[in-house]
Amino acid sequence: MSSRKKHEPKFHIAKRDALAWWQSWLIRIAAVLAALIVCALVTVVLTGENPVQVYLKMFDGAFGTKRRIWSLAQNTAMLLCVSLAVTPAFKMRFWNIGAEGQVLMGGLATAACMILFGESLSGPALYLVMIVTSCLAGAVWAVIPAFFKANWKTNETLFTLMMNYIAIQLVSYYTYIWSVPKGSGQIGVINRATKSGWLPSLGGHDYLLNILIVAALTVFMFIYLRSSKQGYEIAVVGESENTARYVGIDVKKVIIRTLILSGAICGIAGLLLVSGTDHTITRDTAAGRGFTAIMVSWLAKFNPLYMILTSFLLVFFQKGAIEISTTFGLNDSFSDILTGIIIFFIIGSEFFINYTIKVHNAKKGEK
Amino acid sequence: MEERKNAAIELRNITKTFGKVVANKNISLCVNRGEILSILGENGSGKTTLMNMISGIYFPDSGQILINGKEVVISSPKDAFDYKIGMIHQHFKLVDVFSAAENIVLGFQEQEGFSIRRSAERIRSISEQYGFHLDPMKKVYEMSVSEKQMVEIIKVLYRGADILILDEPTAVLTPQETRNLFDILRRMREDGKAIVIITHKLHEVLSLSDRVAVLRKGEYIGTVETAKTNESELTEMMVGKKISLNIERSLPKEPKDRLAVKHVSYKDRNGVQVLKDVSFTARSGEILGIAGIAGSGQRELLEAIAGLLELQEGEILYYAPEDGKESNLRDKTPLQIRNLGVRLSFVPEDRLGMGLVGNMDITDNMMLRSYRSGKSVFVKRRPPKELAEHVIRQLDVVTPGTATPVRRLSGGNVQKVLVGREIASSPTVLMAAYPARGLDINSSYLIYNLLNQQKQAGVAVIFVGEDLDVLLELCDRIMVLSSGRVTGMVDGRTAAKEQIGILMTKTDGGKTHEQ
Amino acid sequence: MIASFIQRAVVQGIPLLFGSTGEIITEKSGNLNLGIPGIMYVGGISGVIGAFLYEQSLPDVSAINPVLAVLIPLLASMLGSLFMGLIYSLLTVTLRANQNVTGLALTTFGTGFGNFFGGSLIKLVKSDMPSISLTATSNCFRKTLPFANDFGGIGQVLFSYSFLAYTAIVLALITSYVLNRTRVGLHLRAVGENPATADAAGIDVNRYKYAATCIGSVIAGLGGLYYVMDYACGVWSNNGFGDRGWLAIALVIFAVWRPNVSILGSILFGGLFIVYNYIPNLGMSDQELFKMLPYVVTIIVLIIISIRESRETQPPAHLGVSYFREER
Repeated sequence: MSSRKKHEPKFHIAKRDALAWWQSWLIRIAAVLAALIVCALVTVVLTGENPVQVYLKMFDGAFGTKRRIWSLAQNTAMLLCVSLAVTPAFKMRFWNIGAEGQVLMGGLATAACMILFGESLSGPALYLVMIVTSCLAGAVWAVIPAFFKANWKTNETLFTLMMNYIAIQLVSYYTYIWSVPKGSGQIGVINRATKSGWLPSLGGHDYLLNILIVAALTVFMFIYLRSSKQGYEIAVVGESENTARYVGIDVKKVIIRTLILSGAICGIAGLLLVSGTDHTITRDTAAGRGFTAIMVSWLAKFNPLYMILTSFLLVFFQKGAIEISTTFGLNDSFSDILTGIIIFFIIGSEFFINYTIKVHNAKKGEK
Repeated sequence: MEERKNAAIELRNITKTFGKVVANKNISLCVNRGEILSILGENGSGKTTLMNMISGIYFPDSGQILINGKEVVISSPKDAFDYKIGMIHQHFKLVDVFSAAENIVLGFQEQEGFSIRRSAERIRSISEQYGFHLDPMKKVYEMSVSEKQMVEIIKVLYRGADILILDEPTAVLTPQETRNLFDILRRMREDGKAIVIITHKLHEVLSLSDRVAVLRKGEYIGTVETAKTNESELTEMMVGKKISLNIERSLPKEPKDRLAVKHVSYKDRNGVQVLKDVSFTARSGEILGIAGIAGSGQRELLEAIAGLLELQEGEILYYAPEDGKESNLRDKTPLQIRNLGVRLSFVPEDRLGMGLVGNMDITDNMMLRSYRSGKSVFVKRRPPKELAEHVIRQLDVVTPGTATPVRRLSGGNVQKVLVGREIASSPTVLMAAYPARGLDINSSYLIYNLLNQQKQAGVAVIFVGEDLDVLLELCDRIMVLSSGRVTGMVDGRTAAKEQIGILMTKTDGGKTHEQ
Repeated sequence: MIASFIQRAVVQGIPLLFGSTGEIITEKSGNLNLGIPGIMYVGGISGVIGAFLYEQSLPDVSAINPVLAVLIPLLASMLGSLFMGLIYSLLTVTLRANQNVTGLALTTFGTGFGNFFGGSLIKLVKSDMPSISLTATSNCFRKTLPFANDFGGIGQVLFSYSFLAYTAIVLALITSYVLNRTRVGLHLRAVGENPATADAAGIDVNRYKYAATCIGSVIAGLGGLYYVMDYACGVWSNNGFGDRGWLAIALVIFAVWRPNVSILGSILFGGLFIVYNYIPNLGMSDQELFKMLPYVVTIIVLIIISIRESRETQPPAHLGVSYFREER
């Protein structure tokens, strides 16, 4: 037994001190570059084109025409909007992965107002009702899991996830109820003739209002999280519930309040999608943004300004990849593959920012 | 070849340092088979560090460990286990939803196949042999603390350990449970096992062990045979002669009752009685020290006053300095207490887990107490930033700036930030739990001076400390807690160190003395 | 009628059972793998690719070798899912990335991967087939017990399934046995409950997490394979698999992390999934309401277990948390 050799591991992993901001960004940029190379390889293998050509195509797909640029901006804005919504919850370490459902509920409320009150209410009154009900619908969808989390620590990740599918089925239900023509299972464009409840186009640009609203929300969220008392409480609760209690913060109240906000902004996103973009609602209206938003928010370290960048990046890849697929006659799910690869690289790179691999030194004290 | 026939473990000149702190200095001792050795010492005297080196958690900087006369290298808990050494830690390492048997066999590769039923049989026979009363199929979450401890002990025996180290085994036990444990340990001794218990309870040492090794501040003081010693000799070895620290102490100026704690009792979530009928009064312009072995209820007492615990009994009365108006703080949240106009500051033991937010910068941490002020929905960062700069300047906090997360500061600087913030709100009551723990000499003195300044400014200061020398030089009165009860209140100027030492270890009037 | 309802419920439930068995194994190690829906897509499409290439390599599809026709897609499917499991483990265990974000990214990737190859496979191999329809392979997968129809209704309920369906049930039973009755199971549960304790007991926490996640992924992937080869008769349609992956995660909760309970749970979920077909005079819209039943039931279970606080029915205590020894 004593012949057994004492072996120490050759290296071990330790938390590292903060890197300078440029070092951490260097690592992230390197990760994105590596991801782009892998994406290029995958694309080349599948299409046989040279990679430069492929990236040029992608660029064209995103910026090629005026319409594409508008569509890029609109999609970035919508993704950003949902990301803004989930961010305060995440900052509080509440895993709201139910944004998909909250957006749909907001959209459903909007569609309901447009269908039911489209003729009876005047423009401003209709908008007001739409805004109030969509915020309310999103908030209710978010606050149910929050209530159980705050009181009984019910697992919010699984709860909010399930809520998504209930919302999807509710939307399906109403698309049958309100379908045009009856029984077709599709609502079609709501109020096509009167455009009642449609968000107005500004200066001839359909999406400009959407983009401006999201821009305002971004500024609001940035200031809210950074400078408001409530934002400060969110940060304290997220970092340490013990400290929060120590300074007299009512943790339950903060959880519920924050999820009301989170859900209400999701509701707004639903409103923008239904009233400002699609003018209809289907079960795919949220289009997975509720999930993508989680990644956007996480990659941006919950900073609303960085989120402009990350949501743009993801939407750019989506648009670019769709262009590649159409050019080469491939399926447009190609974009999801590229998005996945890029996210893998970026979340993997965080490790090298937060940890350091130390080669083991024989005689060094612990700690 | 064997030098000592019976020595199970022998330590020679073991030294261990953590950074600049010497935790163990040149320690030599030995444990024989069929013997119970107590290692006696105050908190921070290096007992646990020493035993952790035998059980493979730490590796000594220098010195030798001999097992059965042969020099060995123990670099991991697994090595220790291979040498049949088993350590029962103060904090149990058990999986709550597993049964006792499942926990006991966890990670152990037996020769035979896996069968919980067969393991349970073996556990029953071990239990019978030594007199444990334990159902192997009982789940850990349904167990009392003493049952959990039994699981830990059986776990070690199940693996065939014949050297057992128990770290403060009685800290969490009732007198009956302690008696039961001692019976078990005696039976193991008869069985030829070598047993080491780490403790600071004198009467236990005297009633249980064959020999006592005493450590003080990391140094080995000596080993005596229990039969040839007594409480006062051991106390003196443990606490040493009184050392003068030159902390300035002024006489309290017109002390007035500020905070009266009356008959406070508290049971924690596991049903353990942590505080029992605690009553005392803290007065303005004086420092009230609270002495006691770690875990005697100090933390809970302060948290109860701060409004963080729900008490079962008692009241906490506050007398406003302006008009003497009385208000009861019991069952009030920290915010409600604040809204009553009570300026209560609290430097908790867990600095980064409770007092501060590690990932936030100094400015944002300064804001924790004051961010609510004003009607605006926005926080004002200018005043806390100025406060941060002020604290950094006044207390010589070493930091790159106010925007540095406190997590990155050294322990002493973290404490300065915390104490600086708590004092800044010009409190009428200031509670500080182990404010100098882990700090170097200069920082410690800085903290003591701050407490003294507060006292002179008329604040009622409550100071929970572990170093008796400091308590005796700093405090006007010292209250001693033992197992959640007040065992004495002494005058800081006249009390003797041994007197406090004995009060600290007093349990229920010495009922655990037996036979 | 009842026999056919049960039979169809079972067929609907089998993919969920595969998914939930895989996810239970994964979650028992403390990894909350939200990539399961993506993994099931990858498991399905990998099998399709394997079968497609095999069928393409044959001069005549009728000459298909039934053993190879089953083995090739099976292995392809397992390899595809294993790869997904490895990505998840590498990111969350070795690189300690956030589990939720990694899982969701994996689902995006996996769903995209499935739909991409489902849509582009024919073009990529420049075949002249109009769409992916692997009838020959599917027939090999769908072979049932010869005596299935000899027993009437009971035979239909008990014996009318293909070998993958029985595999799902057997795997769930084996998993249940391993988790509760073996040393490996004990260690795995310890890792998910309290990794620090497991580590102190000498269990290699990371190795268990890797193994559980990868094995879990492979099993979940078989659910995707069963869906295309058996349920969909070898015809891949994009998004045809739908939300079954999430339903599998719901089933884990419903079964309170017990694979044997999830056998019955999967049949129940399968039944809830199709019950609208069996209720007379149900409008199209009401059908949609019925489809939310499994999720509603799951939420109710989730709420009940959190309020009751019974320790036996809680999720693994360290579910979703990366383990880092120095943070002890």
